[in-house]
Amino acid sequence: MSVLLIAEHNNKEVRPFTLNAITAASQMDGDVHVLLIGNNCGDVAKSLSEMPAVKKVLHAEAAHYENYLAENFAPLAVKVSENYSHIVSSANTFGKNLMPRIAAHLDISQVSDITKVISADTFIRPIYAGNAFATVKSTDTKKCITIRPTSFEPCETSGGSAPIEKIEATEEFTLSKFIKREEVKSDRPELGTARVVVSGGRGMQNGENFKLITDIADKLNAAIGASRAAVDAGYISNEHQVGQTGKVVVPDLYIAVGISGAIQHLAGMKESKIIVAINKDGEAPIFSVADYGLEADLFEALPQFLEELNKLNSIQK
Amino acid sequence: MKILVAVKRVIDYNVQVRVKEDGTGVVTDNVKMSSNPPDDNAIEEAVKIKEAGKATEIIAITVGEEKSQETVRKALAVGADRGILIKTEGIVEPLAVAKVLQKIVEKEKPDLVFMGKQAIDDDCNQTGQMLSALLNWPQATFASKIEIKDRTLEVTREIDEGLETIEVNLPAIVTCDLRLNEPRYASLPNIMKAKKKPIEVFIAADLGVDITPRVQQIKVEEPPKRKAGIKVASVAELVSKLKNEAKVI
Repeated sequence: MSVLLIAEHNNKEVRPFTLNAITAASQMDGDVHVLLIGNNCGDVAKSLSEMPAVKKVLHAEAAHYENYLAENFAPLAVKVSENYSHIVSSANTFGKNLMPRIAAHLDISQVSDITKVISADTFIRPIYAGNAFATVKSTDTKKCITIRPTSFEPCETSGGSAPIEKIEATEEFTLSKFIKREEVKSDRPELGTARVVVSGGRGMQNGENFKLITDIADKLNAAIGASRAAVDAGYISNEHQVGQTGKVVVPDLYIAVGISGAIQHLAGMKESKIIVAINKDGEAPIFSVADYGLEADLFEALPQFLEELNKLNSIQK
Repeated sequence: MKILVAVKRVIDYNVQVRVKEDGTGVVTDNVKMSSNPPDDNAIEEAVKIKEAGKATEIIAITVGEEKSQETVRKALAVGADRGILIKTEGIVEPLAVAKVLQKIVEKEKPDLVFMGKQAIDDDCNQTGQMLSALLNWPQATFASKIEIKDRTLEVTREIDEGLETIEVNLPAIVTCDLRLNEPRYASLPNIMKAKKKPIEVFIAADLGVDITPRVQQIKVEEPPKRKAGIKVASVAELVSKLKNEAKVI
């Protein structure tokens, strides 16, 4: 039996977490087929077919596949699932929205957000905001799995030549309608895959002060993160939120500024390789996970930090 | 319009969860329990809709052990009209919860079902989507804004790229994000009144739903501990450490 991986894309390019999901899928079974559902997405089919870990691309096109409505995607995944032992996608908002709908149609108890594949039916997944890790074994004949992207390396993207098989679209689900997507365009690295993340919390006091974070992020070619408190307060938009109900990030360097370190925030960043905390409250819980803690007023520390970075001869990109 | 709101009793979000020494789960004895935070947003939204004159009845439902009644009571104190407790023992997986909810939806015929987007204990993020699939209803997940139109709902959803707006026909399932609203606290008189509101109790098996777990929990472990870090005295020292010791910049 083979693994069916559901690709996330924007009809032009494969979204990055699909690469991590392909790696995870290939650890369940070497025969990974990718299901590509979209509209005018031939370029995506081609790039998927060039990934060496992909053995076949199933490509369905229809106008109602232009956007990610789970109500349209799930029936097609269910229809093609027959010959597969596993159905896999990334545990980001794409896969979280879609996979349970597929699983319920197939009467499968889904395993969400796995961080490790032990065997074809046994996985490790974080629970309680990452304060515990459960080893779980699925007893369903078929498995529906979402994978935590940051726990798996992205797969190779060139050198393969998998066949692309066109498949029939399923009917449109007419009770739900896509209206619009407001994406914030940015030249910065994506938060989920950035090598460096600089995050601000409630300590930033307002949205304008995030300029201090932006300046440093520019210098380090970093993505910008935020605590839930900062997003709730309206300092910055929701796609920057790091934490249990936001994004999980595992950068080489995570700089937490004015973030106290609630359990829910730590859940999203504590696997980072190096953590820096800048906070004027020396007792803040963020210091308990920080490799380097600086107890200081961020409004003094951040301009100095920028100055020190400017003094360096070179900065890694 | 009738709104069904599903709520869950979980370990309070402020509690530092500890893993049991025998690896069978996490410590729950003498641990503070509360309602799942985004479920509070779900109740709040339903109450706001009723206050705006657009809903006539709110039913709060939970699936869990006897004590989960507390969570339903809390929803009643905030503004739900009546409650339902589906009694179960042990771990109930999201698929099983969705099947139980499906039975109640078929009986109560609500126009809307609200619940939190994920429970902060098992972090599964599945139940709402699964219920939508079983009913073949539209699903509006991770909702941060809801606007009720005639027989449709316009929902703004929080997604990785930013925000997405969809329109769903009623009946529909909505899973709520923490930013949907600001949940209110129950006043003392309302807590007293809630004690008189009815809670119907069912046994899951009586509904003809098989809730046997399909995923075996083999063991639960503590996450690897981070080694203790150091405090630096100045920004210059910090930058020097990052450059020369950690070699990350």
